[in-house]
Parts: sequence; C-alpha cells; structure tokens
Amino acid sequence: MSKTTPTAPDASGPSDAPDAPAGEQDLGAAGSQLSTAPVEGPPNLPSLGVVGWARWFWRQLTSMRVALLLLLLVALGAIPGSLIPQSGTDATKVADFVKNNPTLGDVYGKLGLFHVYSSVWFSAIYILLFVSLVGCIIPRTWQFVGQLRSRPPGAPKRLTRLPAYTTWRTEAEPEQVREAALALLKQKRFRAHLAGDNVAGEKGYLREVGNLAFHIALIVLLIAFAWGQLFKSEGNKLVVEGDGFSNTLISYDDFKSGNLFDTEDLVPFSFTLDKFTGTYETNGPNKGTPRLYQAAITYSKGAYGKERKTLVKVNEPLEIDDAKVYLTAHGYAPLITVRDGKGNVVFHDAVAMLPLDSNVTSTGVIKVLDGYRNAKGVAEQLGISAFFIPTYTPGSETASTFPALNNPVLNLTPYHGDLGVDSGIPQSVYQLDKSHVKDFKDAKGKELRENLRPGQTMKLPNGAGSVTYEGTRQWANFQVVQQPASGWALTGALTAIFGLAASLFIQRRRVWVRAVRGDDGVTVVEMAGLGRSESAKVPEELGELAGILYDRTPGAPDPANDPPQDDTTPEPRATPSEGAEK
Amino acid sequence: MTLAAATELATATNEHLANISNTLIYSSMAVYTLAFFAYIAEWLFGSRSKVGRTAAALTADAKKTGAKKSPAVTVNQGGSTAVLERPQVVVRSASGSRDVPDGPGAHGGDEQGDLYGRIAISLTVLAFLVELAGVVARAASVERAPWGNMYEFNITFSTVAVAVYLGLLALKKNVRWLGLFLVTTVLLDLGLAVTVLYTASDQLVPALHSYWLYIHVSTAIFCGAVFYVGAVATILYLFKDSYENKLANGGTPGRFANSVLDRLPASASLDKFAYRVNAAVFPLWTFTIIAGAIWAGDAWGRYWGWDPKETWSFITWVAYACYLHARATAGWKGRKAAYLAMIAFGCWLFNYYGVNIFVSGKHSYAGV
Ligand code: HEM
Repeated sequence: MSKTTPTAPDASGPSDAPDAPAGEQDLGAAGSQLSTAPVEGPPNLPSLGVVGWARWFWRQLTSMRVALLLLLLVALGAIPGSLIPQSGTDATKVADFVKNNPTLGDVYGKLGLFHVYSSVWFSAIYILLFVSLVGCIIPRTWQFVGQLRSRPPGAPKRLTRLPAYTTWRTEAEPEQVREAALALLKQKRFRAHLAGDNVAGEKGYLREVGNLAFHIALIVLLIAFAWGQLFKSEGNKLVVEGDGFSNTLISYDDFKSGNLFDTEDLVPFSFTLDKFTGTYETNGPNKGTPRLYQAAITYSKGAYGKERKTLVKVNEPLEIDDAKVYLTAHGYAPLITVRDGKGNVVFHDAVAMLPLDSNVTSTGVIKVLDGYRNAKGVAEQLGISAFFIPTYTPGSETASTFPALNNPVLNLTPYHGDLGVDSGIPQSVYQLDKSHVKDFKDAKGKELRENLRPGQTMKLPNGAGSVTYEGTRQWANFQVVQQPASGWALTGALTAIFGLAASLFIQRRRVWVRAVRGDDGVTVVEMAGLGRSESAKVPEELGELAGILYDRTPGAPDPANDPPQDDTTPEPRATPSEGAEK
Repeated sequence: MTLAAATELATATNEHLANISNTLIYSSMAVYTLAFFAYIAEWLFGSRSKVGRTAAALTADAKKTGAKKSPAVTVNQGGSTAVLERPQVVVRSASGSRDVPDGPGAHGGDEQGDLYGRIAISLTVLAFLVELAGVVARAASVERAPWGNMYEFNITFSTVAVAVYLGLLALKKNVRWLGLFLVTTVLLDLGLAVTVLYTASDQLVPALHSYWLYIHVSTAIFCGAVFYVGAVATILYLFKDSYENKLANGGTPGRFANSVLDRLPASASLDKFAYRVNAAVFPLWTFTIIAGAIWAGDAWGRYWGWDPKETWSFITWVAYACYLHARATAGWKGRKAAYLAMIAFGCWLFNYYGVNIFVSGKHSYAGV
C-alpha cells in the first residue's frame, strides 16, 4: 500500500505486484522459494561448445524476459490481419485489393499478409511462445512439488526486519507458546511446523496452483484450437421448403475442411425443411429490419433414426453429435411450371432466387434442360431469366420495398436454344450463358418480358408453350459445421479464468512465531509476516493472529514495572520500527 | 382495440420514452458540466496551499520515514490487575523504495477547496442518477438491453465508469483525485454520443437476440470502465513519478507541476492502484472474450474466426497479460510496465472506436 497512510487507494482484490519480497537479500532462506517465478539474472554469455550454446538458448527461451517479448510479438503480429483483407474470410476483397494495388499486393502476398494467422512468421511466434511456455511450466511445476514436499523455512534471525512485526511478553512457557502458535496456525490452515525456537507457517499455495493451472490451460486451449482447425469441416446447403438434405459430401453446395479432415468423419443425419419464417419491423425508421428468422425442420440421426421436429434460429443451431447446423441465409423460391406447345408439363419446380439487397429483391434462372420441344417439335432448351420482387410497389418497379412477401411480382425473360450446360464447363445455377440462345419476340417485335403475379401464366409466342408462376416457397441456407475439440477449448478457457483469479487474488505469505525466554526469565514472543509482495493484508492478518495468540498466552507486565496507564485509547498507533527493536 | 391500433400505441409510447431518455441524457450532461466546474474550483482553491510535501519528504533524511501506520490491535484489556496493551503490528516498507507521502488531494487541505470538492461529488452523484435514468428509459423504449449500437454503448459506458468511481468512493478508497479527469472524459464521451453517434431507438437484428448479449456486452462495458480508471491512474503515475524523480535528483519542477502533482497520491500509490484495478478486472476481461467466443459459436458457426473485433480483443488481452508479466519481470517494473498498460488501454480504445468505425467485420451490423 502507500508508503505512509493507511487510507491510500486499496482496490481490495489482487495482491500486489510481484515485487521482490521485502528485504529478500537480508532474509536469506526465509524469503526464498516464496514463488516459482524464475530468477532473472543478467543474460550471461554462454559457455563454449554446442551443449553450452544449446543450454544458453534454452535458458533464454524460457526466461520471463523472452516470454514477455514473445507475448508482445504475438500482439503486434495479430494487428495486420485485422487491417488487411484476409483470404480466409473474404477472398474477393483480397482480389480487389491486389487489383487496385498491384505492387503492394505483391509485397503483402510474399509476406503472407493476406493470411496472417496461418502465415509462417505468425506460426513461428506462437510456436516459440508455446515452447517457451512448456519450458517454463515444467521446471516450475517441479519446483513447486519440491516446495510442497519440503517445509516452510524457519524464522530468520532478526524478525524485526520483516515487513510486519509484533512482539509481547508473556508468563506462559516458551514451549506452551509454540504449541499454541502451532495449533493456531494449523487451525488457520497454514502449513506449519516447529523449527527450533520458532514456529514457521506458510499459506496461499493455491496461488501457485492457480498460476500453473492458468499456464497449462493456455496450452490445452492452444492445442484444442489447432486440433479444431485441422479436423474442421464446414459446408453450405440451400434447401427449399419441402426439400431435404442428408449429410454427405456430395449434397453440399460448397464445402471446406481442415487439412486432416476425412469424409468418414461426417456425422450421419438428414433433415427436411418444413417451413421458414421471417418477420420484419413494419414501421418506424428501421422499417424492414429483420426481427426473427426461424426454420422448422424434421430431422433424424443416422440412416434409420427416429424423426424429430425442431426449430433452428439464428443464434440457436441444431446440434447433432459433433455437427452443428446453423441457419445463415434465406430467400424466395417461386414455384414454376413450364409447358411445351402441346400442353405437356416439362418442368415443375421451386427455383431459388438469390437476394440482391436487404429488401430481398432477387434474381435467378429457370433452366429447362430436357423434354421441351418447340412449336415445330424440335428438342430445345429453355432458359428463363427471372427477377423477383417480394413487395412490389408501383413507382419502384426495379426493387422491392419490403423484405416480406406482401405483393410478389416475378419478372421473366425467356430464351430458347442451347444453354451450353453440356459443354463440360461448370456453370452456376444462378447464371445464364446467353451465347447460344435467342430471345422470344412479343407482338410488337420487342424482346418478350413480362411481370407475373402468383397464379398468372405467360404465353410463349407462336405456340411455343407457357410459363406459370404458381406460388412462392421460401428457402433457407444451412451451414453445417463440425469442429472437434471445442469442448476442450472451453474447458481450457474456463480453467484459465479460475487459475488466473487464484493467481491474482491469493497472496502467498509466511508467518513466524518465535518464543524464547528473555534475560529476566519472562517469555518473549515475536511474530512476523512476509508476503510475496508488499500488501496491507499481511500486517492485517498478522494482527489478527497475534490477537488470538495473545489471548491464549496473556501478556506479562513490562520490565519497567509500571503498567502503561496513559495509553488506554483503542486507536491504532504508529510505532517506528526502530522503537520495536528492543 | 385492433392489433394495428395496439401496435401504434406501443410505438408511440416507445417514441415518447426515447424522447424522455434523450432529455435525461442532455440533463445529465448539464449536471456533469456543473460538477466539472466544481472540481475546477476545488483544484483552484487547493492551489492556495503550497506546502511542497513531496519535496520535503524527498529532501529530508530518508531514514526517518521507515515506518508507517499499521492496522494494529491496540485494544486494551480492562479489569485485570495489570492493564496490558495488546501487541501492535509494526509495518516496514520494502527496502530501496522511495518514501513519499500521498498528496492531500485536489483541495490541498484548503477548507473552501474541500467544500467545492464535496459539492462536485454530490453533483456527480446527481448527474450519475440522471444519466442512469436516461439509460434505463432508453432500455425501456427499445424493450431490450441498451447496448445495440455505439450511441447506447457510449452512454452506458460512461454511466458505468462513473459508477465505478462512486463505488470506490463509497468503499472509502482514496480516489477523489480521479474526479476531474473522469468527469471531463465523461463529458467528451457523452458529447460524442449525442452528436456523432446518435441512433434512433430501434430493435436488434436477429444475430443480437441472445442472452449472451447481456453477459458478453455487459462485462465488456464494465471491463472498459475499470480499465479506463486504471489508465487514468497510470497516466497520473507517469507524471507524478517524473515529478518525484526530478525532485529526488535535485531538480526544480515548474510551478504547475508543484501545485498540481504535489496534491496527487504518491507515485507508488498510484502505481499500485493502477495495478490492482487492472489486475482485478483482467480475469473478467478474459471471461468477456470467452463469452464472446461462445456466442460467436452459436451465431456464426465458429467460436473464433479472427474477425477484427475478435482480433483486437485478443490483442488487448495479450497486451494486459504483457503488463502483468512485466510487473513480475525484473527491469520492467515501474515506468516500463506503465507504458505497457497505456498501450493495452490504447488497444482497448481502438477496439471500441477504431474497429467499429474504420474496419468492417461481422461486428459492424449495429448501425455504427
Ligand atoms: C501464452 C503466453 C502467456 C500468457 C498469456 C501469460 C499470462 C500470464 C498472466 C496473465 C500472468 C499473471 C498472473 C499473475 O501475476 O499471477 C502470468 C504470470 C506468470 N507467467 Fe505467464 N503467460 C504466458 C507465458 C508465460 C511463459 C512462457 C512463462 C515462462 C517464462 C510464464 C511465466 C509466468 C510466471 C512465472 C508468472 C507468475 C509471476 C508471479 O509469480 O508473479 N508465462 N502469466
């Protein structure tokens, strides 16, 4: 606490900074081993030879100074990843950046700055830190076990030098005092023992336990995180209401996995999307802001599992064993029926449209690949470019004005010919390759293009067939994630908190009680306390202990015969330490 | 009543409440301003006393100040034949440290200054209550915790920071010296909130609908407020420390330094206060990050993804860990550790303002 006043700021809680124990130099053994922190000496030069150098290097690596340096480096190294676009999170942004700043992009690319957290240099820093951590924990644990097996050191010669000190004279025998002191310290859960003319006690080992637990928990956390990254898998699937999904690699629209992931690891399950519900703010300045998204699904575990119904919401994924199913996006899927010239249904399906804005103005393509014959009976393909507006408002024809399905309009532009899907080049289901198709002409000779409302049909000219917009379904996008060892990461994290709290809030301290017969035959009791760091709690506790022990071994009159009459105020008093040195 | 009418009525009430909240926030700013002037008056009147305690302590024979008051047990036992004194605990400070008394505080022992200081604290309490009411009204108007956007975050943050200060005062901790610095920044923070950051009342997007919002964001705000208090103490420590160094080396600090710094607690006290505050809240900050990771696991499908906000929380955490380590490492105590603490708080600030405003990431959906 403050140097002179007891009213100085005292945010009760953590013990003090680990200053060197007061006067460690002149206390000798009594102040030693009060922690397991490595002693920092000047970085002395290595002795010659490979072994000498290796040992020197290891010492440096596991020193507190280097740990501090590595920690600083980790913090510094993490910064660029937050300011420069990262290919792991947003590859298009990286591409844009490289296009706009070719030279800088090149330099960044070489330095791995587009994937900082998996770059060589960032990995090098944390692996070094990791090694340093292990190299630090092992000897410290060893040392701590040694401290637990040995006993706290006996009292130093001059107890008056300790940060907290008190003394009195008693008529009790020295042995009696020591016995009482031993019993008292043990009762107060000190590890205490008799050491010659004094009793030595120590308490607060939990601090070291907490500190070691914290550092070990960091290792667990790091391994769990790395494990999770290596064995992780993450896939996306868009499902229209009424459709199903089963968890196999080929069912996914896209799929990413860690380096050590194996398809066998996919948790077997399947589900059907029964209904998607989205609600939105209907008025006010934030009209249209989503309020609730939820997907009602029926799922079953394994190949023949029992069917169960559940809701998946934005913050509430469905957990099936190691897999978590998240709801990540939604949109509309108009139900379309296409007939050929003879009136045969050649296409009947809900076609998912991709949202373009927050009011879910969407686009998509209806592709009729097989079965369609044109008016002349020749097999052809149809591609219908679609533009969907869930809430159509006259005056705002090109964009939806609200995300809900209030007044849906589907704008269609049909094409016929060869869609080029057989060319072998992979094609997006949301895009139309227009290089080998022709549009239809309306009565005025313009490109045929029509707005449909649910239930309406658009006739293709010259008996080429028809397209009907039957109604609208919704789709939801699900992300299925498997990240093993998450439980370990959580355990590590929680252990770290508790370890940290113990390490910061518990003070490790020693108390000595010396009882010897004075020159005049009266027993002199001396008590002293030493904390790992200077703290107001050590003298407070010593005062408490002294009070109890005093009651058990009552005071004897001072050698000065006269009992001190003048001093009867129960106020705390300051006594200079010199005065205490009798 | 039709459903539509009921909705409209509810909307009207909410708008009404939002207006009340705004009025309360503006009122609290007015009261904080009064408190600000009262603190200034306290400092001004305090400058009348020019004792130069620090200088006196540093130039006097250092050996005489080896001991200090202790929580001694000097309860006398009545009734017995010999009235004996209970043993007293004598406290010594660590060898080698400077023995400088704590300054008397802003009022400098001046009676009138002290009076103004007390008025300032009373006004701070009043302003705090008004601001708190404003935050609560805001919460009622949006029917959720008032932590949906930066405006709400700012008003809650300053309320909590003042609460921490008043709480420490209520616990009889010597923190009156914080008052002026705190109220000044609270005014800045609120000014920023009502001008640049203002967002009309609104509901949350679905990703923010989670009880983790309450846990994660409330602890984040609390940690920020405490880190802030720690940072103020650290800055003052740096000033006071160089002041003491100058005196100890026989230098003569300027009149301003003599007047202002002399009234602050001793550098050792400030340093210890800063350390305790930072260390006490560090486990909670660790928890905040973990709670955020759990929430991210539920909302985004991964518990850690190096999103800018996550990255900067991590950097802040590592920076504070550095600070704690530095205190345990020889050669890094004192000023060097204090610089680390300042860097760590800078990271916290950047995480809050910088990342929200300049960097886009998953956390930037809340209308700034
Ligand atoms: C992953 C990196 C690390 C982090 C985040 C970290 C964090 C911390 C924190 C927050 C404390 C404060 C708790 C306290 O004061 O009791 C601490 C203490 C400590 N750390 Fe670390 N640490 C790391 C690595 C290391 C390494 C590599 C070493 C070994 C050289 C080490 C040795 C220590 C020691 C000895 C203490 C206790 C100091 C004392 O007894 O007061 N740490 N660490």
